[in-house]
Amino acid sequence: MTTEQSGQELVGRGNREGAALFKDWFTELDQTAANGGQAAYVFVMGSLNEILKSFDLPVVFPEINSLQTAVRRVAHEYLDEAEDYGYSPDICGYVKADVAVQLRGGQHPMGQIPPPSLTVLTNACNTYIKWAEIWERMYETPTFTIDIPGTRQAGTQTWQGAADFEADRRYIEVQLTELVSLCEEVTGKKFDIDRFREVLGHANTMSRCWNRILELNSARPALFNAVTDGTIFLGVANGFRGTEAGARYFERLVEEMEYKAANGIGQTIEEKYRLLFVGVPCYPIFRRFNELFSEWDATFVNSTYLWFASGGTNRGFEYDLADPLASLAEGTLVSVRDAMDSMFHQNEILADMITDFDADGVIYHPIKSCRTVSTGLADGRRYLTEQIDIPTLFIESDMMDRRVVSEAQMKNRIDAFFEGLESRRQHSLAGT
Amino acid sequence: MNPTSTTVFGEWHGKSLDDALLECRDMVESPDFEPVARWRESGGKVVGHFQVVFPEEIVHAAGMLPFKVRGAPVEPNLADSHFGSYLCSILKTSLELALDQKVQLDMFVSHPICDAARNLAAIWGRNFDYPCQILYLPQNPNSAGSIDYLRHEYDRMRRLAQDVSGREITDDDLRCSIAVFNENRRLMRDLYDIKRETPWLIAAEDAYALVALAGMIPREEHNDLLATLLPLVRERTTRPEDRIRLVFEGGFCEQPPFDLIRMLGRTSYLVDDDLLIGLRWITDDVPTDGDPLLNLAEAYIERSSYSPVQHDLRKPKEKMLIDRINKAEADAAILAAAKMCEPGLEEQVAYTHALDDEEIAYFVSEFEENMSSFSQLELQVETFVEHLLFA
Repeated sequence: MTTEQSGQELVGRGNREGAALFKDWFTELDQTAANGGQAAYVFVMGSLNEILKSFDLPVVFPEINSLQTAVRRVAHEYLDEAEDYGYSPDICGYVKADVAVQLRGGQHPMGQIPPPSLTVLTNACNTYIKWAEIWERMYETPTFTIDIPGTRQAGTQTWQGAADFEADRRYIEVQLTELVSLCEEVTGKKFDIDRFREVLGHANTMSRCWNRILELNSARPALFNAVTDGTIFLGVANGFRGTEAGARYFERLVEEMEYKAANGIGQTIEEKYRLLFVGVPCYPIFRRFNELFSEWDATFVNSTYLWFASGGTNRGFEYDLADPLASLAEGTLVSVRDAMDSMFHQNEILADMITDFDADGVIYHPIKSCRTVSTGLADGRRYLTEQIDIPTLFIESDMMDRRVVSEAQMKNRIDAFFEGLESRRQHSLAGT
Repeated sequence: MNPTSTTVFGEWHGKSLDDALLECRDMVESPDFEPVARWRESGGKVVGHFQVVFPEEIVHAAGMLPFKVRGAPVEPNLADSHFGSYLCSILKTSLELALDQKVQLDMFVSHPICDAARNLAAIWGRNFDYPCQILYLPQNPNSAGSIDYLRHEYDRMRRLAQDVSGREITDDDLRCSIAVFNENRRLMRDLYDIKRETPWLIAAEDAYALVALAGMIPREEHNDLLATLLPLVRERTTRPEDRIRLVFEGGFCEQPPFDLIRMLGRTSYLVDDDLLIGLRWITDDVPTDGDPLLNLAEAYIERSSYSPVQHDLRKPKEKMLIDRINKAEADAAILAAAKMCEPGLEEQVAYTHALDDEEIAYFVSEFEENMSSFSQLELQVETFVEHLLFA
C-alpha cells in the first residue's frame, strides 16, 4: 500500500469506525434486552462508566437514544406519545422521547433497549434527577445520584490541596464507595480492583486523546466539523468510555487527525469562516442545520457541546492508578465541574477559544428542551460582546421538537449573519 | 441580631386583627418590598437568596437581612433581554427587581434547584459586583457523606457572610439565630395547625401573607407579628361552612398570584399547601447546643419537608403528597405548576397517577405570577368543587 493510499484510508476513518461502533453498541443492547440481561442507565455528564464497566454492565444513554429519534426524524411520534401520557409540551424532549421508548417496552429505531437494572446519574443537569425518578417509579430499580458540587462563582474554582476542594472530593469519594457497594449488590459480583484499574487506564487514554483531538482542530483548515463529526466522536467517547475498543478508537482518531493536520487536509468546503457553537445541536434537522452554515463556507471549529457533553473529559484528566477510587473522585469533580462551567460560566472558555481557534463568530443555539444549557446564553452573549469584538448570532429552536424548529426563519437569520460577516471582512480588508 | 433598632414593618401595630391582616396582605402584594428598603436605609445589609431553601440563620447571625428572592408581579422590562424564551417568569422578575434597584442586595445566593435557576448566580454575577454564589445543597441526601459535606458548605457560607458583613460569626451567634428561627418555625407550625384544624378562622390569602412576610422582614419582627396575631385568629368566632377542603401543591418556587390564592380561598378551605415551603422546610426544632452548623446540616437532611427539587429516596414525592392530603383530611388536591417550570410539570404526572391510584380527586392547573385574569380558572375550580360537593 502506498503512503497516498494509506492516507486516503485514514481520512474519514474516525467517522466510519465511529458509526460501526455505534451499531455494535446498539446490537449489544438489543441482545441484552432479548436475553433479559442487566443494564445500567447513565448520562453523558458523569456516566461513571469507569465503575460500571468494571462490573461489565452494558450502559444505556437515554440522551443518546432520544437524540437518535430526532436525527431519524421520528421524534415527534415519541413526543406525542409521552404528551398523551401526561407530560407537558414544555419539558425536556429527551425525557419525553425516552418515556415513550419505555412505554413501548424498549422499542427504539436502533433496536430494543433493555430496562434499567440500575440508574446512575449526576446533578450536572437537574432533569437527570427528575428523569431517573420516572424509571424509579416505572421499574422500582435502584437509582444512585452522584452529587458533584460545581463552581460556586465564576473564577473561584478551588483545586487540589484547598480545604473546600477536599471537602467536595471527599463527599464524592464516599458516594463512589457507596455506588461500588450498590453495583456489587445489583450484579452479585465482587468489585475487582484490577479490572477497575484496567478500565481507568482505557479512560485515561480516551481523555488524553479527546483533549488532543480538540486541540488539533485549531489547525487551518479545521480538521473536522465540531457539530457534525464531533457528535459522532462524542457518541463513542460516552458509550465506550473505559473500554479497550474506545481507547483504540481514540488512538486511531488522533492518528487520523494528526495526519490531516500534517497534510493540511480539512473538510469538503473551502473554509472561509471559522465558527464556535454554543448550545446543543438542532437534531431534528441535523444535517440541514449545518448546511445553512457550510453553504457560506463556514465550519464549526469547536463547541461548548464537545466539552460538556463529554462530561468534561476535554480537560484530559488522567486517573492515578495507584489510588484509583480517590483519583476517580478527584477526576469526577474536576471534569464534571468543568462540564458545568462550560454551560454556566462559558465566557472565559469562549474568549480563549476565539483566540486559540481564530474564530470569526460565535453561534448561540439555545433550545426549548434544555434549560440547563440555554437559560444563561442571552446574558452570556451580552457579556461576551461587551468584552470582545466578535460577531454573534442567537437562534432559538430545539434539539427534539420540530414544532419549534423553523428552518426558513433560521435561514433568514443565518444568511443575514453571514452578510454582516462578509461586509465586516471587506471593511477590514479595505481598512475602513 | 438586628443592627438597627428600626422596625421595618410596623404598619400592623396597634390595629385590630382584620386591619392588621389587611396591612400584611398589602405589604405582600406590593412589588416594592418596602421593608427591605427600610432595612437598607437604616444601614443594614441584605442577602438575597433565591428559592427554595436557604440557611437563613447564617446570614441572620451576621446581622444581615435574609431576603427571599421569589419574583414579583412586575413586568421584566429590563431583565427580558437577559433571557431567552421558554423560561418561567420568576427568573426574569427576580432579576428585574435587582436591575431596576427595587431591591438592593449585598450578596446573592441561588441553588441548583432546577436547570433554569442554577444559571442565576452566573447571570447575576455578570451584572452585579457583589458576591453572587451558588450554595450546593446535597442532591444525594441519602449518602453517608451528605451531612459532613453540607456542614462544610454551610461553613463556606459563614465565611462569605462574614466577608460581606465585615463581622465575625461565632458559634454563639449562630446558636442565638437558631433559637430565633426555632421560634419562627414553631409559630409557622401553629399557623398551619390552624389551617388544617380550623380553616374557617383564617382566609387562605391571610395565611399566605403571614408566611410570605417572613421572607422580607427580620425574623424577630416576624415572630412578634405571628405571636400577636395567631392567638387573635384562634379567638375568632367564625362558623365553619360546608366547603371542600383542598391541598394546594405546586407553590414551592414561583408563587401563584395573590388573587389566585384568594380565589381558591373563596371556593374552598385551603387546608395545606407547599407555598413558600422553603420558609417551613425544617419541620422540627434545631438543637441549640453543640456544633450549630452541623445541627443545621443535620436538620436539613433528617428533619425536613419535601419538594419536587429535592430527590430523597426516603421521601417519594407522591407518597409525601398523599400523606399531606391525609394529614390535612383534605377532600382533593390542586396540582398546580408554574408555566415552564420543568420540575413542577414533571411532578404533576407522578402526582396525577398516584392520586388516581388512591382515588383522590385533583384539579390540574398551570399559573404564572403575572397572570391577572382568573375568571376562566375560577369557573373551572368552582365546577370541580361543585362536582365534589354534590357527587
